[in-house]
Amino acid sequence: MTTSFAFILLILGCALVTWVPRVMPFILVRNIKLPDIVLRWLAYIPVCILSALVLESLFQVEGNFVTFDWKNLVAFVPTLIIAIWTKSLSKTVIIGVITMAILRYFI
Amino acid sequence: MNESTTAVDSFAQGIKDCIPTLLGYISIGVAFGVIGITSNLSVLEIFLLSVLVYAGSAQFIFCGLYVAGAPFSIIIITTFVVNLRHVLMSLTVAPHLTHYSPLRNIGFGTLLTDETFGVAVTKVMKDKQLGGNWMDGLNLTAYLTWIVSCTMGGIVGKWLPNAENWGLDFALLAMFVALLVLNLSGVGKSKLLHYIKLISIMAILLYSLLYVLPGHLAVLIATLLVATIGVLTEK
Repeated sequence: MTTSFAFILLILGCALVTWVPRVMPFILVRNIKLPDIVLRWLAYIPVCILSALVLESLFQVEGNFVTFDWKNLVAFVPTLIIAIWTKSLSKTVIIGVITMAILRYFI
Repeated sequence: MNESTTAVDSFAQGIKDCIPTLLGYISIGVAFGVIGITSNLSVLEIFLLSVLVYAGSAQFIFCGLYVAGAPFSIIIITTFVVNLRHVLMSLTVAPHLTHYSPLRNIGFGTLLTDETFGVAVTKVMKDKQLGGNWMDGLNLTAYLTWIVSCTMGGIVGKWLPNAENWGLDFALLAMFVALLVLNLSGVGKSKLLHYIKLISIMAILLYSLLYVLPGHLAVLIATLLVATIGVLTEK
């Protein structure tokens, strides 16, 4: 249960640079009305960023090449099917984790 | 009549809607605690990181750089870049909450994460609105679970067998898949086709960007570009 002054400063620095990007937009949109085109653009952000996060974890960088992360890709298939079928966050997470555990156990 | 409950702004409903994401927070949090201990951080330091930085990927990268002896300036700049995508997430959620006080808005922003963003935009898609109490219920549940999980991981880390083998780290990806599907299930048929085209472009673009950029930057740039393509190609 120890730390140092320098480490505290480092954490505070990191806290500041993660806090500002999260909070700044909340302050910003209170003071300026976003133009319609920006709001329309923002409507695409949820699907874009979620699909980017999913797709990014299906790829992996291997040396000079970008290839598939095969385990994630194989586990992704039943996870996607369950998500479409049940539309349930918790069921999807549980099936996903079980699939990955089975994959890792056998491979 | 049972539909009417969704329109009420309730703290308890926020907690309830957070529950499906908790397995993700717990498994990643515990994993972080374990990594923290093996990166020579103390339990107090793990606790402070989860309280003050509160960002999964940034905390992992922090450990990697710290144990490698990187200069503090590099650690701070990297943490900033890794979390820059939150600007977009906050910008997407914030317009729905402008009628609350500045202080409450700072609170909403402070506790925004990938997961709470995902749950919140899914709520917007369904209800066309967001409630402040609901946001607080969601955010505080996620935040406290994260702090407890990270700290527990730090405490039990030495005795825990490799958590990765259990597949728990996949909880995060599975959650993003479900949130993506939930967001798409609310749109009409022609809009869905548009989105599927955009996701295909996203796959190609992301694949190409990964040759030249680290993952977190590829995600950010690809999102900016594909959202722009989305606006330009909509009917």
